[in-house]
Amino acid sequence: MTAIDSPQLVTQETKAPPGLLRRLVAQRQAKIGIGLTAAVVLLALLGPVLLPVITGFTSTEFTGRPFQPDGVFGTDNLGRDVLSRFLDGGLRLLAYSALATLLGMVLGVLAGMTAAYAGGRVDSLIMRSNDVLLALPSLVFALLAITVLGPEGWVLVAVIGITHAPRIARVTRSATVDVITEDFIRAAEMYAVPRWKILVQDVLPNITGPLMVELGLRMTYSIGAVASLSFLGLGMQPPTADWGLMINENRIALVIQPWGVILPVLAIAVLTVGINLITDSLARAAANANVGASK
Amino acid sequence: MMPIILRRLATSVLILLAVSVLVFVATLLLPGDPAQAILGQQATPERLAALREQMNLNDPVWQRYLTWLGGLFIGDFGVSAASGGAVSALLGERIGASLVLLVAAGAISIPVGLLLGTYSALRRGRAGDHIATGTSLVLAALPEFVIGIALVTLFSTTVFTILPSVTMAPPGEPVWNYPQQLILPTLTLVLVVTPYIIRMMRATMLEVLESGYVEMARLKGVPERQVILKHALPHALSPVAQVVAIQLAWMAGGVVVVEFLFRYPGIGQALVDAVTNRDVQVVQVLAILIAAVYIVVNLLADVVGILTNPKLRTGGAR
Repeated sequence: MTAIDSPQLVTQETKAPPGLLRRLVAQRQAKIGIGLTAAVVLLALLGPVLLPVITGFTSTEFTGRPFQPDGVFGTDNLGRDVLSRFLDGGLRLLAYSALATLLGMVLGVLAGMTAAYAGGRVDSLIMRSNDVLLALPSLVFALLAITVLGPEGWVLVAVIGITHAPRIARVTRSATVDVITEDFIRAAEMYAVPRWKILVQDVLPNITGPLMVELGLRMTYSIGAVASLSFLGLGMQPPTADWGLMINENRIALVIQPWGVILPVLAIAVLTVGINLITDSLARAAANANVGASK
Repeated sequence: MMPIILRRLATSVLILLAVSVLVFVATLLLPGDPAQAILGQQATPERLAALREQMNLNDPVWQRYLTWLGGLFIGDFGVSAASGGAVSALLGERIGASLVLLVAAGAISIPVGLLLGTYSALRRGRAGDHIATGTSLVLAALPEFVIGIALVTLFSTTVFTILPSVTMAPPGEPVWNYPQQLILPTLTLVLVVTPYIIRMMRATMLEVLESGYVEMARLKGVPERQVILKHALPHALSPVAQVVAIQLAWMAGGVVVVEFLFRYPGIGQALVDAVTNRDVQVVQVLAILIAAVYIVVNLLADVVGILTNPKLRTGGAR
């Protein structure tokens, strides 16, 4: 009897817990988040393509007098079709935010892993420069850069990426410090595996959990930052169609023609909330190996 | 304990100096020079030369930096390229106006955040907790201008029309004479900042409530009320103080967008105007000012952390 039971018991115990993504998707909150995010991303990606079919106007074409209820959602401050501008305005915001987040991740992960693994002077040099960058609020840093370099696309991406880097570096460093004291790193060092190879092959796969969470968090902030700067009139420049800029252009007519403001505000809100829901579930999945199994 | 606080203070001063170098370098990267920016393209070479002499632009870079830095300490912030007037005259009232907003938002959001966070932790898993955590998760994701515009459409333009959506104080009159106009900007900042405090307070409280000393106190038969107020809360405050500080410091930067949205006559609005006009002198002063607030608030949080952490009460221990 015991001879029959024991193999079953063993297989049950050794079954690996579901992977990070499986644990993520198992949560209801994550499903809602993925749905919301996917809806806005699809809208932003397909909007420019479907523009001629849906409205028949381009996003910069003048279709009537300002703030009139023509078309589905009326016209904006210069008499352009609000729906056309809305459909065309999401892609750039998404692309800039994604690029800025990516830049921040690359810089931050490099700096954080180097600091943790090199230790000593390199470590304190990197972390002290981090403190200096962290002492300037990111929006102020961005405004300073825009004053000097002008509101160009690459300036937005670079400056937002750079302001993310120190925060990502901190997370990466503390996660790396936990990993590099493990025995398998010692073993790799004993076999004289080059340092960069240890970092890429042994350390990086073991810190993906916190890094994924950080990625989601930074993406939310990037979208907020790019949209805020455009809203201030210091990001995307007219006549570009952009959600942040649309809010700036149309908010004077919020009383008579609210759609020009409400549509982009809703889109940005749904997008950031969606990403934040995913990130929150991701954090739970990364911290607890049983999240997916229990539900 | 004192040496740790002193060392922390010294670090803050060093960081502020480093930030000032960073901000000063920004002027050097600008195409043209400040004299050209003030006088415009049509300026005669003689006038340019005279103004350069007057603004000490011919001095070596390090000397200009030191003069500028020294000026900051005695309240001489330089000349605005856009208006030609002194920067200090431009900013005087605005600093006060922004402080009103920040203090009001801080005074509301800190107690509300701590209370809701504690409440949420004590009701873990029940309806009240779900509402509080769900709402704060959504609010934490939204950029500040989204929250601001939602409030404007809700309270002043579309649904109800009970509150003013822009600040319109006559120049020279302090903003607090019109408290109605302060409601929406303050509420926006509160809604942006409070969710983070709630979430951190909840997480820390949950951790503390599961700790050994709380269990010990309960087993001794200490009344639950006293367990929470005397044993749990003080231990939860020090990590939360860090988050509160980060949020307060964040407000110093986040106030820019909120002031722009509500046309509030504070430093944020001045900063946006200055960036639009590429008025570097003003941008520099404001960047330093905001960074200084940021650093001081973080320093205070660390001091609170050091004072409330019993492990650091002995001088040598770290």
